[in-house]
Amino acid sequence: MLGRQPERARLKLNLREISQEQELLAPGHSLCPGCVESVAVRQILNVAGPNTVVVTATGCLSVSTSPYPMTAWRNPWIHSLFANAGATVSGIEAAYRSLVKKGVMSDTTPTNFIVFAGDGGTYDIGLQSLSGALERGHRFLYVCLNNEAYMNTGIQRSSATLPGTWTTTSPFSETVAGKTQARKDMTAIVADHGIPYAAQASPHLWKDLMRKTKKALESEGPSFLNVLAACPRGWRTEPEIGIRLGKVAVDTCVWPIYEVDDGQWILNSKPREKKPVTEWLELQGRFSHLMRPGREEEVARIQKQIDLLWESLLIRCK
Amino acid sequence: MKPLPSDSTIEMKDAIGTVKSTAKSLSGGFAVAEAMRQTNPDVVACYPITPSTLVVEKFSELVANGEVDTEFVAVESEHSALSACLAATAAGVRSQTASSSQGLAYMWEVLYAVSGLRLPVVLHCANRALSAPINIHGDHTDTMGARDSGWIQLYAENPQEAYDNALAAVRIAEHPDVLLPVLGSQDGYTVTHSVERVDVLPDKEVKKFVGQYTPKSALLDIENPVTFGPLVSPKHAFELKLQGIEAMSRAEDVIDSIGEEFAFLTGRPLDSVELYRMEDAELVMVVIGSVAGTARVAIDRLRSDGTKAGLLKIRSYRPFPSTRICEVLGGKKAVAVLDRALSPGAPYSPLYTDICAALYSHGVILPLASFVHGIGGRDTYPKQIIEAFQRIEEKLKVGESMNQTEYLGIT
Ligand SMILES: Cc1ncc(C[n+]2csc(CCOP(=O)(O)OP(=O)(O)O)c2C)c(N)n1
Repeated sequence: MLGRQPERARLKLNLREISQEQELLAPGHSLCPGCVESVAVRQILNVAGPNTVVVTATGCLSVSTSPYPMTAWRNPWIHSLFANAGATVSGIEAAYRSLVKKGVMSDTTPTNFIVFAGDGGTYDIGLQSLSGALERGHRFLYVCLNNEAYMNTGIQRSSATLPGTWTTTSPFSETVAGKTQARKDMTAIVADHGIPYAAQASPHLWKDLMRKTKKALESEGPSFLNVLAACPRGWRTEPEIGIRLGKVAVDTCVWPIYEVDDGQWILNSKPREKKPVTEWLELQGRFSHLMRPGREEEVARIQKQIDLLWESLLIRCK
Repeated sequence: MKPLPSDSTIEMKDAIGTVKSTAKSLSGGFAVAEAMRQTNPDVVACYPITPSTLVVEKFSELVANGEVDTEFVAVESEHSALSACLAATAAGVRSQTASSSQGLAYMWEVLYAVSGLRLPVVLHCANRALSAPINIHGDHTDTMGARDSGWIQLYAENPQEAYDNALAAVRIAEHPDVLLPVLGSQDGYTVTHSVERVDVLPDKEVKKFVGQYTPKSALLDIENPVTFGPLVSPKHAFELKLQGIEAMSRAEDVIDSIGEEFAFLTGRPLDSVELYRMEDAELVMVVIGSVAGTARVAIDRLRSDGTKAGLLKIRSYRPFPSTRICEVLGGKKAVAVLDRALSPGAPYSPLYTDICAALYSHGVILPLASFVHGIGGRDTYPKQIIEAFQRIEEKLKVGESMNQTEYLGIT
């Protein structure tokens, strides 16, 4: 395993202190009310600070924060395509290393390189680019802002979408109950590249997310955060419950909070009592077809997939 | 210096050759690798594909031996290769890549992103046919398909030109009036794998010639944060794209002036077009790439039989030097255009279409014939070119139309 970068400054986990920092993602962008993507980005950038180059893949975040000739980014920022975030950050990090080698830049306070990409840009079209960057061992933090579907193009299923979910490309009918396939376990796939640090997080556990960000940025190599980010439009929920949805996802074990630190699997937050998946499903319009009578079998199937993943996670976290 | 043929009508401008070069035996691929060694780009990101693999392999060796201090990124695909170059150049450094055919096709959407972001990346391309059928040999279908992607395209006839173009490309791309990516192209195998004499400039002269890359804005200029690649609405997008058109048209002069500077060093002109026995020529063939050498041989034979044949070789395909081409072709009896690419369903192949549009728009109306050769790596021989000229001569005599494309060397 690779070593660690020097410890950064003490992590501020005091809301008053945090609120006095300049926001690096400026207000005025056009993400939807209640979108949790910006909440996650602000928590992460608060830890990373201005000495950070940000890369985004095409998706809600990139298009909503850069309406030319304006920008919401106070950090250096680049977006070019949907599928190439991993390669993009590789190129920037390689450029940085070449400038350090030539003495043009210093690495005593290392510059951070952070990618923000949606689940589509991470689990699907960008998987190869990400995998290549992980394998090559560039130093960067890759954040998947996971709203469980392609939202920017109007709510289409991705491989992060849970079975049973309604999306515009996994509609429900008399015979089909939404998405028929299982969800890909992306965090495990990334961790199995043998990178220094990978974790799942949710912005409602802001201290956990910020601590993980710090740890990730201190890695001497690639790191990965898979962050659940509620999407009121796509999940068919009220804008004000996004943060609460994060908590329910954790309590129902739909979204386990864990980290893989130098190969060691650690469960960070174990629900006191594992809630049934129906508590997650019933809050969201995208699952309303499952709440009708006669769909119990579908719900049981979803519960079973969640249980299986949870149990295998518990084994890995032993 | 290579002696120029005494009967050549190549225009020499200030081609003095003030610097002593070293003659080496290099293939086109190795010639490009040599130019890359001397340029010492900050970042090179590559993915192997025949026939450009030898550039990648040779350069990897140079990195391993410490002959360059480039950060070499051995990416997992061409999409990533060009994306990494895009990002490295946006970060503020000089970056290069190499590819062919499927690799170039795999880069497609990135090609447009690089030029749209006005990033002076240099791509060394070894022309190869596109699948299917899978075929590792050369034709121009790959790069011709990329002709509208906003990249400058330079075509080399031989290893020497591949070397020369690889050096000039850096300067052209980074010129403040241009800031466009450059694709330097050479025919797969015919040039990439043919060993010829290449006059190589001294390292320090190349270092001086290519200079330092000094970007106007860079991601790694952390104190001055910039946004690269924002969302642009119809309100601004048209004008932004037109800036690319204007830069491309300014590139015509830049290519010529850098060509003159280069000629001053090496004695080798680097014009956007090259002429051979054109002064009194009546019948002209327009070619691109390695077939120029074959065409010269054909023209010499035709001349000895009394046919006043001449050659116009395109070195800069994008920007297309329309005015210069019209100046040269105006008043000729007939012009044959020799394409090495197909454009199914189009009236003609790309080079013919461009020549035709250039001539017509400049009011130069003359008989124009379309020939296609070398598809899928088929060899072209002087005899075929001689016969092409003879058929034109014949058609002119009897007043027959030339509007059907003829395919050379098919069985
Ligand atoms: C190559 C390519 N294919 C498709 C698209 C269209 N597209 C843009 S964003 C997007 C979905 C983004 O989804 P995700 O990555 O999950 O991010 P979100 O918008 O949900 O945050 C799609 C399909 C594209 N821009 N490029």
